[in-house]
Amino acid sequence: MARVVVDVMLKPEILDPQGQAVANALPRLGVSDVSSVRIGRRIEIEFAGEPDLDTAREIADKLLANPVIEDFSIRVDEPAGDAARMSA
Amino acid sequence: MRIGVVTFPGSLDDGDAARAVRIAGGEAVRLWHGDADLHGVDAVVLPGGFSYGDALRCGAIARFAPVMETIADAARGGLPVLGICNGFQILCEAHLLPGALTRNQHLHFRNRDQYLRLESTSTAWTTSFTDGQEILIPVKNGEGCYVADQRTLDELEGEGRVVARYVRGNPNGSQRDIAAITNAAGNVVGIMPHPEHAVEALTGPSLDGLGFFTSALRHLAGTAAGGQLTGGAQR
Repeated sequence: MARVVVDVMLKPEILDPQGQAVANALPRLGVSDVSSVRIGRRIEIEFAGEPDLDTAREIADKLLANPVIEDFSIRVDEPAGDAARMSA
Repeated sequence: MRIGVVTFPGSLDDGDAARAVRIAGGEAVRLWHGDADLHGVDAVVLPGGFSYGDALRCGAIARFAPVMETIADAARGGLPVLGICNGFQILCEAHLLPGALTRNQHLHFRNRDQYLRLESTSTAWTTSFTDGQEILIPVKNGEGCYVADQRTLDELEGEGRVVARYVRGNPNGSQRDIAAITNAAGNVVGIMPHPEHAVEALTGPSLDGLGFFTSALRHLAGTAAGGQLTGGAQR
């Protein structure tokens, strides 16, 4: 399968109120040893042919992530689970 | 003077924006997101709402609408553009304005009448106001928290490009209480609260919003007479 996975995360210096809200809810689950939660987004792009990392990077840079507030990383999703990781 | 108001799928405030243009004395021209032609308008308003259902990020998809490609080019050439709420988000996504609008810090949608202080009255959309003037207009957003890196914020302040700040309470956690900014040339303005909802005594908390639209008409009359835009950088 020609699938490319893009992970988008808020930059470390950008406040993540959603993550904070989740972290604040954890004590209600009986969890008390979590110091921080940050929420990102995983996007799976399926190519008709071979996975095209350059095109995927362009899609991520132009649309999937806002470089003002977010970072992204790209990798080909190998069926065996042995992913070739590539940093953006 | 013809002022275009763009409708995207999910726009909500296009009707009120067009109405505000008419009340200010201009001719409102409805523009459609899929039509790249600006139909000869002299200025453009990007209205509030939830374009493309806020899919991905607010304004991220609208930025690539055919009409936006034309507007971005024209804005770089000096066309006055006012982005209100979702329109402000679109202008940031299109890199016509710096920074980004993120989830309100307290995570609640905020809908109330809000006081602002005008700090730059030389833009194409704010010449009807006086420096330091306080106005009251509605704010209604879930993703209105303005963020930018410190260098950008310092640059905006240093160049007089913070157009308005929240006073008597910051509704969304925006950095440095920023409610509205402009580009270096002063023709593009993004504002999170809604001037188009404060143009009639029957429905608005004041008539303060009208000034944005009369400013644009005044600016256009000035440029038609050979005047020059003074820009946000000049004080």
